[in-house]
Amino acid sequence: MATPLVVSDVAKSFTMHLRDGVTLPVVTGVSFSIRAGECAVLGGPSGAGKSSILKMLYGNYAVDEGQIIVQHGGGLIDLASASPRTVLSVRRHTIGYVSQFLRTVPRVSALDVVAEPLVERGEDRESARTRARALLAQLNLPEKLWALPPATFSGGEQQRVNIARGFITEHPILLLDEPTASLDAKNRDVVVELIAAKKAAGVALLGIFHDLDVREAVADRVIDVTAFAAGKIAA
Amino acid sequence: MTDEPLLRVSALSKFYGSRIGCENVTFDLWPGEVLAVVGESGSGKTTLLNCLSTRLLPSSGTASYRMRDGQWRELYRMSEAERRFLMRTDWGFVHQNPADGLRMTVSAGANVGERLMAVGDRHYGKIRATAVDWLSRVEIDEDRIDDEPRAFSGGMRQRLQIARNLVTGPRLVFMDEPTGGLDVSVQARLLDLLRGLVTDLGLAAIVVTHDLAVARLLSQRMMVMKDGRVVESGLTDRVLDDPRAPYTQLLVSSILQV
Repeated sequence: MATPLVVSDVAKSFTMHLRDGVTLPVVTGVSFSIRAGECAVLGGPSGAGKSSILKMLYGNYAVDEGQIIVQHGGGLIDLASASPRTVLSVRRHTIGYVSQFLRTVPRVSALDVVAEPLVERGEDRESARTRARALLAQLNLPEKLWALPPATFSGGEQQRVNIARGFITEHPILLLDEPTASLDAKNRDVVVELIAAKKAAGVALLGIFHDLDVREAVADRVIDVTAFAAGKIAA
Repeated sequence: MTDEPLLRVSALSKFYGSRIGCENVTFDLWPGEVLAVVGESGSGKTTLLNCLSTRLLPSSGTASYRMRDGQWRELYRMSEAERRFLMRTDWGFVHQNPADGLRMTVSAGANVGERLMAVGDRHYGKIRATAVDWLSRVEIDEDRIDDEPRAFSGGMRQRLQIARNLVTGPRLVFMDEPTGGLDVSVQARLLDLLRGLVTDLGLAAIVVTHDLAVARLLSQRMMVMKDGRVVESGLTDRVLDDPRAPYTQLLVSSILQV
């Protein structure tokens, strides 16, 4: 089985220069790998560094030490030391990410927010919109909202737009940061189905799910983040 | 995207006497990439922009540009006429104050058409049709085409300036605080417009702004400047979400939450 993502000995801390340079260690010695077609879940209490790990894997947080090896464009690259241009290319083609909150752009409709990742990958705008409509319908977002910018949507509605945007592409690796946090039971089930479909398609998934039912339904394995605790030894 | 950059800047410095304008700035810009340069007033970001667009000559350092024929040219070794030609055809410059980039006493249509004539267009009907097309792309009604920009609001003037710059199909656009001095609602409309145009046309752009939200919305990469030097650079969302330099942390923590 292919292993598109290998994380080895990754460490991360924050240095707060405005607080006299206090260093907050987050995680250290993070090592795991994800196989194609598998959904691994990051486990551990709030503040253990689960989101920080996801953000490092997406290039959104800098990595202090270690390597994040990703299969990208027929080769292997180390995301921890990659140039901004390479990270952008990885995001466009290899790693998808569903964040906890949707960052909205003024005046862009929900439909186009969802279709955008496909358009960025060079797909025709109309066919991208067709796919976006299908996903929004599957996630039960009322059709009258599709043409509106999501800024005024409720939390659950925004999250469904965000999920549709994350699931619309065929990225071989997908990162999920609590995609079901503000969804009702019916829509949680839709997300579970979407994840199952991704697994069947051979996508490697890594997620954070606080909802135990969802976690039970999707997780093949739990990676315990407390094992990577950086200790509370302040610098 | 091609594998060759469009612009290569190496160790660029500009001194005003003993004062530093900008010092030792190095970066590459690729086609289709938007680079934001942020920092407070006096950080050297406008000096850098003016050097790059050859409106100012640097004290030292080099900048090379890949011409349409694939040839690399040293910007500061070109003749004045060659630089002016580049500025009129392959580049655009969007000023903070539209009055600096527009001719205020000729019509909106002529402001757009003038740039077309500079690249050799002579057919009046064609020029006018292109002007109408561009005015509608920047959401200016066709019936305003014969009005002078003096009669336009600030937001409309800025949109007209953008149309004037983009009509020749430039490959690189410099923008100096393009949304500065506009109301937030007007700003949102302009940002959305710029975002769409930059993606559709595959433009490379260097945007100077002190507004981190503008940088996040428009750019993929960012350079943070302080006292003429680049203190941090990288992917825009990485710099904003995980700022590492003390000055960047100060900037990010100073954003007001709405």
